[in-house]
Amino acid sequence: MSDASLQSGPEMGTPRAKSSILQLDQRTKKRNAAEARFRAYGIAAIAVGLVFLVVLITSIFFKGVGAFQQTFITLDVELLESKLDKTGERDIEKIKKVTTFGYNPLIENALKAAMEEAGVDNPFAKGKDLRKMLSSGAAADLRRFVIANPDRIGDTVQFRLLASSRVDGYLKDRVTRESLARDKNLTPVHLDVVDQLKGAGVVAKSFNLGFITGADASESRPEQAGIGVSMLGSLYMMLVVLACALPIGVAASIYLEEFAPQNWITDLIEVNISNLAAVPSIVFGILGLAVFIQFAHLPQSAPLVGGLVLTLMTLPTIIISTRASLKSVPPSIREAALGVGASKMQTVFHHVLPLAMPGILTGTIIGLAQALGETAPLLLIGMVGYIASNYPGGIIEGFMSPNSAMPAQIYEWAKRADPAYYERAWGGIIILLVFLMTMNIIAIILRRRFERRW
Amino acid sequence: MSAFWLFVIILALAALGFILGRSRAISSVQGDRRLLHSLPNYYGFNVAMLAFVPAVLVLGAWVIIQPMMISSQVSTHIPAALYEDAGQLNLIMSDVKRVADGLDVAVAQGLMSAEGASQLNTETTDVRALLGEVGVALGSDVDPSVLNAAQEMRSKTTSGNLFMTIVVLIVAAAGFVAAMLKTRGDFRARNAVEGGVKALLIAAASIAILTTIGIVLSLIFNTITFFGMFPASDFLFGLTWSPEGRGGSEHLGILPLLWGTIYISIVALLVAVPIGLFAAVYLSEYASRATRAFAKPLLEVLAGIPTIVYGLFALTVVGPLLVNFFGADGLGWMQGARSVMTAGLVMGIMLIPFVSSLSDDIINAVPQAMRDGSYGLGATQSETVRQVVLPAALPGIVGAILLAASRAIGETMIVVMGAGAAARLDLNPFEAMTTVTAKIVSQLTGDSDFASPEALVAFALGMTLFLLTLGLNVLALYIVRKYREQYE
Repeated sequence: MSDASLQSGPEMGTPRAKSSILQLDQRTKKRNAAEARFRAYGIAAIAVGLVFLVVLITSIFFKGVGAFQQTFITLDVELLESKLDKTGERDIEKIKKVTTFGYNPLIENALKAAMEEAGVDNPFAKGKDLRKMLSSGAAADLRRFVIANPDRIGDTVQFRLLASSRVDGYLKDRVTRESLARDKNLTPVHLDVVDQLKGAGVVAKSFNLGFITGADASESRPEQAGIGVSMLGSLYMMLVVLACALPIGVAASIYLEEFAPQNWITDLIEVNISNLAAVPSIVFGILGLAVFIQFAHLPQSAPLVGGLVLTLMTLPTIIISTRASLKSVPPSIREAALGVGASKMQTVFHHVLPLAMPGILTGTIIGLAQALGETAPLLLIGMVGYIASNYPGGIIEGFMSPNSAMPAQIYEWAKRADPAYYERAWGGIIILLVFLMTMNIIAIILRRRFERRW
Repeated sequence: MSAFWLFVIILALAALGFILGRSRAISSVQGDRRLLHSLPNYYGFNVAMLAFVPAVLVLGAWVIIQPMMISSQVSTHIPAALYEDAGQLNLIMSDVKRVADGLDVAVAQGLMSAEGASQLNTETTDVRALLGEVGVALGSDVDPSVLNAAQEMRSKTTSGNLFMTIVVLIVAAAGFVAAMLKTRGDFRARNAVEGGVKALLIAAASIAILTTIGIVLSLIFNTITFFGMFPASDFLFGLTWSPEGRGGSEHLGILPLLWGTIYISIVALLVAVPIGLFAAVYLSEYASRATRAFAKPLLEVLAGIPTIVYGLFALTVVGPLLVNFFGADGLGWMQGARSVMTAGLVMGIMLIPFVSSLSDDIINAVPQAMRDGSYGLGATQSETVRQVVLPAALPGIVGAILLAASRAIGETMIVVMGAGAAARLDLNPFEAMTTVTAKIVSQLTGDSDFASPEALVAFALGMTLFLLTLGLNVLALYIVRKYREQYE
């Protein structure tokens, strides 16, 4: 402080005899302590921020990594002709008439055989109870196989069937004997059997490709749910965003940066863009609902609508970064082009735009990454709540037919009551973050490699 | 002819125009290109542009407007006895549309002839079963008037499409011919093409304005409809929010939602502002180059993480953690994992990089001479920061905090997943509360029809949110502009 020495002069009259320049007086000590404290606050603030980041990343990793592993039960199932094709004609229509109920006894027999082989006593009177260890989708898997290969009826085929989500949770320490006490889907007795079968190698955890490529499943079968279809939904949405936002954003920036006269209309557009960048994303969802669905009657939950809404949302981001990179092209380039007789339009499209392209692409990728992770507007246009259980048939259907998107799918899973779905949601987040990280790394590489310093 | 094929034809015409226009320009000067005003390609582009753009504009407008006109015409023919209000009419009209689409599919699959479809009768044919065969499932049997309306819709669409084909082709041909006639050596083709490109650029730039207009209009119209059904004063000053309406009365008062929003935002800012500000000060004033290069991008990673991740983090990590300390086993202040504190804390984490990088930029903009002056007078570094740098940067920092507040108010996923669904006016930060954004989501998702006050209230909430965040943004810009010290 400027007046510190003035004030302290007379005060220090008495202790001056002891004090020297090497010995700090009381006041200086206090000021130095304040300095150290201030510095410590700063370090603490950064440390807290980084700790939050580390906690966030580790919890994502540890909670989500389980979704990439799934418990499978390997069974040798005898595809009895007497059950599946009573006539023996191998008539595909007749085989199709056997519903999944018809396949249940086969699974029960196979389970019993496997238990016998492993030397496990069967504590259940009813085969139905035994089957609870398996996913309820197992019979459908079997049926799909038989319909695809009717000539295998009568053979004994080895299947790797999904275990039920409770069994899976037990192997992942999510489910305990205590938590099963009042569960009607599985009993602790099942877990004893699972323990013994695990020792025999019938029940085992392995990599779960179905989670990455599969479709969403109903609420009672978390073990079957996968993020593949909604990943495709996100991809279609990003294509729409790329196809709309990049040309419009670049064109708008070129106009505002290179051609626009200084008048109130230009001002209005600029104020608008900076305001749109700060409008909450949910408001864009309301806009999409009112304009694209209520007014234009586009199909609900379609990636096309999601893409259009996200386009409007990312446009300001893209425009702002494109303008910055257009601005960074030095005026001498423009003047040289104009000097050799190029028109204003030729100058921009032949010289300025190519030089600004790396910056524009970087901004676009970052805008896309932002759009990929956005959830709130998708809630309003109906992408949550739609069970993305089928792959779209073709490209047009991919844009127009209802689908989910990755963040919407994650939210949908997080809403479901079964805690097994939390694991799926975290797993989905890992996949989403891998995409975002890749996009950002590409953007950084582009910037490092192609950005020119003038 | 379908709009798609029409588009392809126009495109082909434009491509043809490019080739013909270019060769016509060259032949008009006997192959001596130096006599042309512009490069040959510009003559080609000019023809292509005039053939393509007006025709596509007409086509686009037609495709959008025709279905709306037809459905409004057809809806007047639906007997008034079938519906009571606009919502039911909408449902009937969507039925009509499904039937009409189903008939189209049936004709396309060859199940019936075009005449057969237009003479279909509910008494002689089971229309529902017929349409079920081609994969168009209907909720109920087809009413005769619905079938009639669907047939009327089909016939109008057919004639409309024919008319559209003719008009669009005429427009395209007229543009083509006009441009060809103009194509001569002294025609200023480049100026014409560049004028067209510039118009395109202006159109792209005005999409920003159109978006704002779209937001404002969609909010205003629906809000007005809502206030027609529900008194505005009850909405603005009501102290309870219970849309289900026990005993037939519904309370849609916004105050509990606003309180929840503001409470959560305050908690978030209490977390984010001190941490963000201290981090910014340390990074810009104290940190070595290496520390800065390491810590700043890492902090900014927090801003790049999607909000759904924070929402799930709040729901499954922070919420249960807080319950451990403040729940029934701990201090007993907290009932469930969802609370103001849960959402506020997590939102605060999200806002740290927002506050820190904005403040960092602003602190860096304070000129070094001011710091040097302060050091020269004997101040320590922290005294310089507190008494010279921060006051100089204050308007910018206040602006940054206001922007962060507007972020917090508009944040959706964290509060949807972390704050709960119960609207209440309470001071306990460990109580579940809800916000404007969370209620917009819950009122507009699900199967409610858009004509009911329960759904329309979401637009009024959206309007409130829009005005609130807009106000904060404008205020932030104003403060920054008005109080900024000019150092240059």
